[in-house]
Amino acid sequence: MMLIDTLAQGLLLGGLYALFAAGLSLVFGIMRLVNLAHGDLIILAAYLILTIATVTGLHPFLAVVLAAPVMFALGWLLQTHLLNRVLGTDILPPLLVTFGLSVVIQNGLLSGFTADSQKLTAGSIEAASVSLGFVTLGVMPLLTFASAVAVVFALNQLFYRTALGRAFRATSDDQVTAQLMGIRPQNIFAIATGIALVVATIAALYLGTRANFDPSIGPARLLYAFEAVIIGGLGSLWGTLAGGIVIGMAQAVGASINPEWQILSGHIAFVIVLLFRPRGLFPRAND
Amino acid sequence: MRALLQIAGLTAHYGDFQALFGVDLTLDEGATVAIIGANGAGKTTLMRAITGVAKVSAGSVTLAGDAITRLPAPDILTRGIAMVPEGRRLFPSLTVEENLLIGAHARKGNGFWTLEKVQTLFPILKERRHSPGTALSGGQQQMVAIGRALMSNPRVLLCDELSLGLAPVVIKEIYAAFPQIKDSGTSIIVVEQDIGQALRVADHVHCMMEGRITLSGRPAELSRDAIHDAYFGVSHA
Repeated sequence: MMLIDTLAQGLLLGGLYALFAAGLSLVFGIMRLVNLAHGDLIILAAYLILTIATVTGLHPFLAVVLAAPVMFALGWLLQTHLLNRVLGTDILPPLLVTFGLSVVIQNGLLSGFTADSQKLTAGSIEAASVSLGFVTLGVMPLLTFASAVAVVFALNQLFYRTALGRAFRATSDDQVTAQLMGIRPQNIFAIATGIALVVATIAALYLGTRANFDPSIGPARLLYAFEAVIIGGLGSLWGTLAGGIVIGMAQAVGASINPEWQILSGHIAFVIVLLFRPRGLFPRAND
Repeated sequence: MRALLQIAGLTAHYGDFQALFGVDLTLDEGATVAIIGANGAGKTTLMRAITGVAKVSAGSVTLAGDAITRLPAPDILTRGIAMVPEGRRLFPSLTVEENLLIGAHARKGNGFWTLEKVQTLFPILKERRHSPGTALSGGQQQMVAIGRALMSNPRVLLCDELSLGLAPVVIKEIYAAFPQIKDSGTSIIVVEQDIGQALRVADHVHCMMEGRITLSGRPAELSRDAIHDAYFGVSHA
């Protein structure tokens, strides 16, 4: 019984990690850009939700609806004015620029909001739970997981069922030929980063309601996100969800043995998956 | 006939290497022009310079009186010049049907070519519509590439080395579609190493060597020897 409970908690935690990772996976899949500031952008989104909730008195679940378009615009501007300039055959410049961006965001948040821990308060829903007979699950973790599944499903629909998704895939395959189709890769990239930051905003909502956050915790979220993307297989969105679940479950099992082993267990699971499946669980055929 | 596409003094470089030396070429409305020449003659560079993929260092490209030199590639497509690139370059992540649909990505309004019309022109593309584009045979992939370019309803269709690597029977099948493409009001430039095919399909033939046009004329006016000389750069004694 304990084990089932542990695994269920781990599964739901995996949803949070998948939300951290989905935007990263999307951006990498389309433009082969590894955004080292992704974790910090999630934290930035958490502060944005906090600010909106504080100023307007809105519930965080409503504040996120206002924060999402702001983050989309930020992503669009970031890609158009900064990242598009450094994308090219050399992978080093975008890595350095996003690393620098990570430092800028952390220090910006530090001077704007201090190093004090913050939390998004969602009210009574935070303590609510549902009993499924043999296991009792929190409503917030369930919502987190459901949101992760919904986000991955929606991104997949976008990718494989819409004209924009077709343009995403064509641009990812071959930028020069895509331009011969009238596609402007720089616009496509800007839209993709905008969408990635909307997903980051959803991740921020659950990150901020689940536990405390402060300006310095972005890089650790980036690490979980990376591990989820790589376990799943680069560029596969369902794989990213699976990767998040693997880390979440490994952490839950580790913590049940010894609370100090929680974080370590997730990283060990990552190494084990890579040992046996170096390209991840669901690698794309044409990479 | 009215000149649709006019190229004047077009010059292009790859770094220090000059690939095109002041090329002049005119494509009349409704005409088909063939450009022949050996490997490295500059044919593909000329196509890439027209479509905005290769940088133009001097000269001009004019489409129906509008200067389009140095416009970005997506703008040139929306002005009405579509290309079937060398090596077909289908998108591996897209199915056959999606490869066709992406050709209409920037299209505004209606035109002759629709998915149904392209699938009627090449029926195999309807049959295999859910296959990955790159799972098809070379000839079928070439049909997808042509269909994809037609989906933008171009005024000018550029075809770069359609017959490269294909069996003669397949080449014949592909060129059999050309009368219908011409009838739809599209003017065509084909780049060919297959001289016989070029002479059959074109109203006007230009031979290129070392980045220059060395011979031009109507197929009936050009003697085998003259073409041979222009193509190989040797003179018949």
